[in-house]
Amino acid sequence: MTTPLLEVRGLNVDYGVGPDAVHAVTDANLTLYPGQVAGLAGESGSGKSTLAYAITRLLRAPGVITDGSVWLNLFNGDSSNSIDLLAASESQLRQIRWSEIAVVMQSAMHALNPVYRIGTQLTDVLRAHRPQMSRAERLERAAELLRLVGITPDRLRAYPHELSGGMRQRAMIAMALALEPRIVIMDEPTTALDVVTQREILEELAALRERLGFAVLFITHDLSLLLEIADSITIMYAGRIMEQAAAGDLFRAPRHPYSLGLLASFPSLHGPRVRMTGIGGSPPDLRHPPPGCPFHPRCSFAMDVCREQVPPLRMPARDAGSGRLAACWLQDPGHPTPPALAAEPVLGGSR
Amino acid sequence: MSQVQAAPALEAEAVTKHFPVHQGARAALLRQRSVVHAVDGVSLTVPDAGILAIVGESGCGKSTLARMLARVLLPTSGQVLLKGVPTSAGSRRDYARTVQMVLQDPFSSLNPAHTVEYHLARPLRLHGIPGNQTLDAAIGQLLDRVALSPAGEFAAKYPHELSGGQRQRVAIARALAVRPQVLIADEPVSMLDVSIRLGVLNLLGDLRDTERLAIAYVTHDISSARYLADEVAVMYAGRLVETGPAADVTDSPQHPYTQLLLAAAPDPDRAEPPSLQGRGAPPSLVSPPGGCRFHPRCPFAMDVCAQKAPPAFETGPGHRSACWLHAPQDPSQLPTSTDQGDGPRPGTGPAGRAAT
Repeated sequence: MTTPLLEVRGLNVDYGVGPDAVHAVTDANLTLYPGQVAGLAGESGSGKSTLAYAITRLLRAPGVITDGSVWLNLFNGDSSNSIDLLAASESQLRQIRWSEIAVVMQSAMHALNPVYRIGTQLTDVLRAHRPQMSRAERLERAAELLRLVGITPDRLRAYPHELSGGMRQRAMIAMALALEPRIVIMDEPTTALDVVTQREILEELAALRERLGFAVLFITHDLSLLLEIADSITIMYAGRIMEQAAAGDLFRAPRHPYSLGLLASFPSLHGPRVRMTGIGGSPPDLRHPPPGCPFHPRCSFAMDVCREQVPPLRMPARDAGSGRLAACWLQDPGHPTPPALAAEPVLGGSR
Repeated sequence: MSQVQAAPALEAEAVTKHFPVHQGARAALLRQRSVVHAVDGVSLTVPDAGILAIVGESGCGKSTLARMLARVLLPTSGQVLLKGVPTSAGSRRDYARTVQMVLQDPFSSLNPAHTVEYHLARPLRLHGIPGNQTLDAAIGQLLDRVALSPAGEFAAKYPHELSGGQRQRVAIARALAVRPQVLIADEPVSMLDVSIRLGVLNLLGDLRDTERLAIAYVTHDISSARYLADEVAVMYAGRLVETGPAADVTDSPQHPYTQLLLAAAPDPDRAEPPSLQGRGAPPSLVSPPGGCRFHPRCPFAMDVCAQKAPPAFETGPGHRSACWLHAPQDPSQLPTSTDQGDGPRPGTGPAGRAAT
């Protein structure tokens, strides 16, 4: 197994301090391998964006990282260099951000500065990080970046409002790739776009990844989309990781009732039209999380133990050696597992 | 399901809506008038006790159409018929008693300063309380119908105390207060969390089945249209491109745009990445392209497509496609024999990847 590029261990993020603090992310673990697409799925308020901002130390007050570590393992030929991003100094971070880890923010409409031309915004990052480049070189590189994402270089002189939503999102991706980072974190990059534009951008992203070899942490609420594009998927609920598995395994053989419920929330485009149930109830208020498993009030399989103790995230016994994880008492050997959560994954389930 | 024999609940007859564009002094001096062709000549029917899904991307005119159906906007030309009667007759209030609307954003469509009870009491007071009920009993019954129980507890709550799904249920209950025959739901679940969307969709389906409510469901999500609706109407750039029974339209899409929409939709069952036929973006609606509005993007475009707008051709029982490819009269125009050679043909694209 290759060495991971990014390792998040036991990360905890609170909003506020003291007894009223809201635990937005609790005990999150995440591993990203070079060149991989890791998907992070969850509903609003599940902590998925908070987790991403914590990784890059971009959290704003009152967000506080209370525990954990984020290891970035950089290899250059034979030498390797591991940095704990949570312990890194501001000047160290400044060198890592954008050149090693770039972020594509949720709303491209607002992430671009409306009073500067696209070209200015693209060359700005080069001026800051590549001081040895001349003005002409910077412009040449900016034009090349736009071409990379399928925009003609004459758009360098355009203002953001002159571009369509899809083009703005492409420009954001071009900007993120300016310094050839090894990791690109994308927070709902296609949510505001129409399906055709979304599909075009995902195709371009896949082609760019093939060429440049960066890894992607793709955050979205749309599990059906992740199942198509991600290698591995992490599902969050109420700040906790519920399940982590290869995309194919998660789709065909979910191990957590929440994953099962989410999968049953997306009507299919094929087969007979059958009534689906989704998930009853609503996500919990994180100011007053339920005791035990946070999902138990909505879970149709909930047992007594679920109301009292938080299930640990561990490998289900039936999946020994698979590397997949689930936080559910039903996967404990002592409890009966419902058939829907004990399906056999297809051999070599990951795609 | 949809009753073929019964008169449709609501009908649009060649409705058109143009919005004037505010323009600069030069254009005003030259008396150039330009308009946004938001909806152009759309005819469709909401079946009695059935659900019609109006599907399209942002800017295709689906919300403008919904507003004309709800008589919030008046069409520039064409008319809307309620049970066969033109709606331009009769008062707005009478119309609102029969046709109600549910909006996209339950976070802004409810007044944060008032309780659920207030929101439901207003239409009851304005339009009358059914039967000999007291106001409280009528409110309780409305909340029961949208599965918000215990009703007494919810009536006293303020919108901020409710989740998105619960708020949307209150908005639906408010629309039901006047006992309408038709509900226009404009993207009712797109602002809601994934796990609670189906609950609201199922509620709409139950209202159709148990109360024979006719519903126009406006959405950008073709898979939810397939799930919920009896009939689907697909719009592109202000025009209708395809209509038909929901399962037919999604399982064997006829119009190249519908095929594109289905190919682009997320689908975990798909084994390989889809290939998109007809990339690009919708045209400007101030000066839309002549002929078929999809022709600049269409992989099957022929000469006629740029010249004449295609009428709706019947491609199956109740299934119509506004595409010259389905014109019956001149088979030599079809791409099978001329333009496309061995290229993919419409109907064999997305339809070929039916149930796995």
